[in-house]
Amino acid sequence: MKDTIVAVSTAYGEGGIGIVRISGDAAEQILTDIFVPAFDVPGKEGHKTQRQITVGENRKLIYGTVTDPKTGEKIDEALAVFMKGPATYTREDIVEINCHGSVISLRKTLALVLSMGARPAENGEFTKRAFINGRLDLSQAEAVIDIIKAKTDKGFGIAMDQLSGKYSKEISDIRNRIKDILVQIAVNIDYPDEDIEKIMYEDLKKSVSQIGDMIGILIDSANTGRIIKEGLDVVIVGRPNVGKSSLLNALLRESRAIVTEIPGTTRDTIEETISLKGIPVKITDTAGIHYTDDHIERIGIKKSKSASEKADLIIFMLDASQRLTDEDREIMGAIIGKKTIVLINKTDLEKKLETDEIKKTLSSCRLIETSLLSGEGLSEIEEEIEKLVYGGHVKQQNSLLVTNARHETLLKEAARALLDAEKMISNGGALEFIEVDIKRSYDFLGEITGETVSDDIIEEVFSRFCLGK
Amino acid sequence: MKSCSMDEYDVIVVGAGHAGCEAALASARLGKKTLLLAINLESVAMMPCNPSIGGTGKGHLVREIDALGGEMGINIDKTFIQSKMLNTAKGSAVHSLRAQADKQLYHQEMKKTAENQENLDLKQEEATDIIINEGKVQGVITKTLMEYKCRAVILATGTFLRGRIFIGSTSYDSGPNGLSASIMLADNLKKHGIPLRRFKTGTPARALGSSVDKSKMKEQKGDDTITPFSFMNDNIEKEQVSCWLTYTNEKTHDVIRENLEKSALYGGYIEGIGPRYCPSIEDKVNRFSDKKRHQLFVEPEGTNTDEVYLQGMATSLPKDIQEAFYKTIAGLEKLKIVRPGYAIEYDCIDPQELKMSLENRSIENLFCAGQLNGSSGYEEAAAQGIMAGINAVLKIDGKEPFILDRSEAYIGVLIDDLVTKGTSEPYRIMTSRAEYRLVLRQDNADIRLTEKSYRLGLASQERYERVLRKKEIIEKEERRLEITRIDQETANAFLNKTGGSGVKNSITLSELLKRPEVSYEQLKEIDQERPEMKKHEAEELQVRIKYKGYIEKQLAQIQRFKKTEDRKLDENMNYREIQGIREEAKQKLEALKPLSLGQASRISGVSPADINVIMIWLEKKRREEQRKQ
Repeated sequence: MKDTIVAVSTAYGEGGIGIVRISGDAAEQILTDIFVPAFDVPGKEGHKTQRQITVGENRKLIYGTVTDPKTGEKIDEALAVFMKGPATYTREDIVEINCHGSVISLRKTLALVLSMGARPAENGEFTKRAFINGRLDLSQAEAVIDIIKAKTDKGFGIAMDQLSGKYSKEISDIRNRIKDILVQIAVNIDYPDEDIEKIMYEDLKKSVSQIGDMIGILIDSANTGRIIKEGLDVVIVGRPNVGKSSLLNALLRESRAIVTEIPGTTRDTIEETISLKGIPVKITDTAGIHYTDDHIERIGIKKSKSASEKADLIIFMLDASQRLTDEDREIMGAIIGKKTIVLINKTDLEKKLETDEIKKTLSSCRLIETSLLSGEGLSEIEEEIEKLVYGGHVKQQNSLLVTNARHETLLKEAARALLDAEKMISNGGALEFIEVDIKRSYDFLGEITGETVSDDIIEEVFSRFCLGK
Repeated sequence: MKSCSMDEYDVIVVGAGHAGCEAALASARLGKKTLLLAINLESVAMMPCNPSIGGTGKGHLVREIDALGGEMGINIDKTFIQSKMLNTAKGSAVHSLRAQADKQLYHQEMKKTAENQENLDLKQEEATDIIINEGKVQGVITKTLMEYKCRAVILATGTFLRGRIFIGSTSYDSGPNGLSASIMLADNLKKHGIPLRRFKTGTPARALGSSVDKSKMKEQKGDDTITPFSFMNDNIEKEQVSCWLTYTNEKTHDVIRENLEKSALYGGYIEGIGPRYCPSIEDKVNRFSDKKRHQLFVEPEGTNTDEVYLQGMATSLPKDIQEAFYKTIAGLEKLKIVRPGYAIEYDCIDPQELKMSLENRSIENLFCAGQLNGSSGYEEAAAQGIMAGINAVLKIDGKEPFILDRSEAYIGVLIDDLVTKGTSEPYRIMTSRAEYRLVLRQDNADIRLTEKSYRLGLASQERYERVLRKKEIIEKEERRLEITRIDQETANAFLNKTGGSGVKNSITLSELLKRPEVSYEQLKEIDQERPEMKKHEAEELQVRIKYKGYIEKQLAQIQRFKKTEDRKLDENMNYREIQGIREEAKQKLEALKPLSLGQASRISGVSPADINVIMIWLEKKRREEQRKQ
């Protein structure tokens, strides 16, 4: 028997229904063996037709029971469909059994299918097969994985764009521009005697730099893309009892972290993910950073320092009713140069805090005054976070965002190669050396979509130029 | 009728064109008793199309053939009448040498070399069949029913195999240049189960040089300093002749357009596939209708004849139309045509039927080279010829084949392209086809290849020693330039003259040479201790230093390339049992039996996903075997 894989394709947990999906040559046989269709009961004018539906009819959803052929045990009442390859997701024969969503019925059905000779699918194996069987290109396959893992609607939208090939198209548009240049270079090098336009270095430089800019825009979107996919990492820091946990709770709008009057209650870091205007925001509430002999608390502080090092954004909280302390200064020193919002809390109390020193040390940071008790300043924080995610970019409904780290690396390599080419052009270097870098850029982009480096340039030379003896 | 048994040979080469000559010479020089057969001995190394050797990419091939100990470079050095290094405005990796040949002389010199070659018999006889026993070549039968036994056959039939010439609506069986075609051999190859297909090519008219008004044309001179093709020659001094450039015009195009249907090609008489890079003038006018003019080079065919070649004007139009359109061109108003242009169609094989050694996959010890394999051009033919010659000998001796890969030589690119990718039109080499052209330069072909050939026993002791010497001199000088420092004052005075920006400290000669505006020749004035170097050695040195960074980049690419190239695949691998490879890819892999993962990845129809699957499968198998141990 050839390799046939099976998995529960819906998320585990109690749901209305759960789907067991089988892919491979044996899928149809397994369905026939384990599925007993019900008789087609209602007929015209109330006549009972007693017609049994054939299992395995292509693309027909049938109703029946999953039954163990050896014991005759009825496992679950279900709907099943057989889809003949290659017009399926994996391009192989696929069976989907819609069981009840209980963990028990899904487990039992899965076990039965396994006993019939299928093997459990590895993580992402259905998508891998779709890719291997040529249904998806590499970036599309990666997009599917992203859809599965998408945390918010926006992340889902981007992954869908990628799956539909919009993203691949953008990359191939850029590649086509590079190809145009390569074709011109090829013809200039290989047909020096021909009556064709010579390459002007000035024009060449302009085209190369334009393409570099196009790639640059995609790279810039990568940060936004990553945040939208994986979430913005926000860390709240501040000495004890400035209201860190209250802020987290206000953002969560529920009491998740423990809020008390005693400093140092939050001994470990607390992590929560919220959806803020469609952007997943991962908020880490750190233990208050302060001098302490308490062993457990010191571990907490160590953790907060390392958490703030990795953060996309730091919210530095201060108490408006107290003067700046050495502890505040130490925290400030640790976060210089990081993207930070300074939050001055407790503005409902008498103000004793001088902000000049803060403004001087954290010069580029935004200062927001809040009273978490009254909810003042909360919407300002949210706006600030959103602004940060989209950076200087205009938020467009349809703009493409790079969300994959591999793609980001390749795009950067491609851009760097073009920069090398530009440098060589400026130095008046020889054409075949300029070509090396431009070609490298072309190849890097090709790796994103998994296209082969074929003879496309030479093909183009002959179709566009009149050459030869 | 019973055939008559003749002498026995190790290797018989069928066809004495550029492929056949190199194949026969290589085989004989490697000590094998060799027979070279030609339909007509006047066709030995004949140049039925353009009267030149070399050009972009092609010049590289000639250098490589020479580095391996072949004859083409030496022969053109003896017989050229104009020499020109092309692409000198660009970097030296794409410098390409081209020489105009005296066609008659070229033929005579090559024939003489073959006649004088030890172990080699040259005979005028038409091969009509090959004797095959149990899937293995046994000999050759000729038209006069002579039977020659042999251990290997190299077919190099060029455009002779079922050749057919087309001029306008007329056509007749013929080899090139009015020589007789080889029809019986084509029939018999088919009988032996070798599938044949039709390709076509074309050539322009020849005219009398005295009927051309050169005052209306632009003179094209040869180089002042001649660069020889052969690494065995240091300097050549010779009187050179000029070529002449003129252009077609709207009138020319009108004549052609009005009579398009009368051409053999557009009239639908030709079934063979022609090369896109060598279009006929009717093709150029038709396909690129927005182009107002096309170039025409008038090139002398030799010094002992008044005939000239009208480069760029290949045609299969009727003779009267040819006459009419040529005469619309400036300088050709009184043109006297002596041989009309024609198209020629011929039988060739699908090169994917061959192994990388150029041996047929299904008939043992049958090798094929040149236009028969779907290539076009004298140089492409010769390159395959020498490789087929070497590999026939190695096969007889039971040794591993000699295969050059894409990172080692243009020859490797050429053969890999043909055998792995196949070709749907006559194939021409281009520098753009080579991924690693910064390393595959024409100036270092000897350093790349001569040692390999010397080890095979083909390149002579003298040739090998020349390379060793050249290498040593260059490397020594490279080191000297790296350690010799020039003080700031001298350097700045020098840079002031060359137009470069000044330096703040002393600087090595090597660093100075890396600057785009500085040449090795210029450096001489601040470098008194430089040793005597030959021109080509100095050039090689300059390239090495100037483009070091880029060459290193390319060497790194080659390292990566070698990784997949070194992942060998078993010839008997059963692709059927690997799941996940698409059906089309399975069929291609089964038919072509790639030797490495790298080669497999270049087969059209095999996608990167298929390669991934094979890699996963290989890894799985490797682990299974490891577990067993």
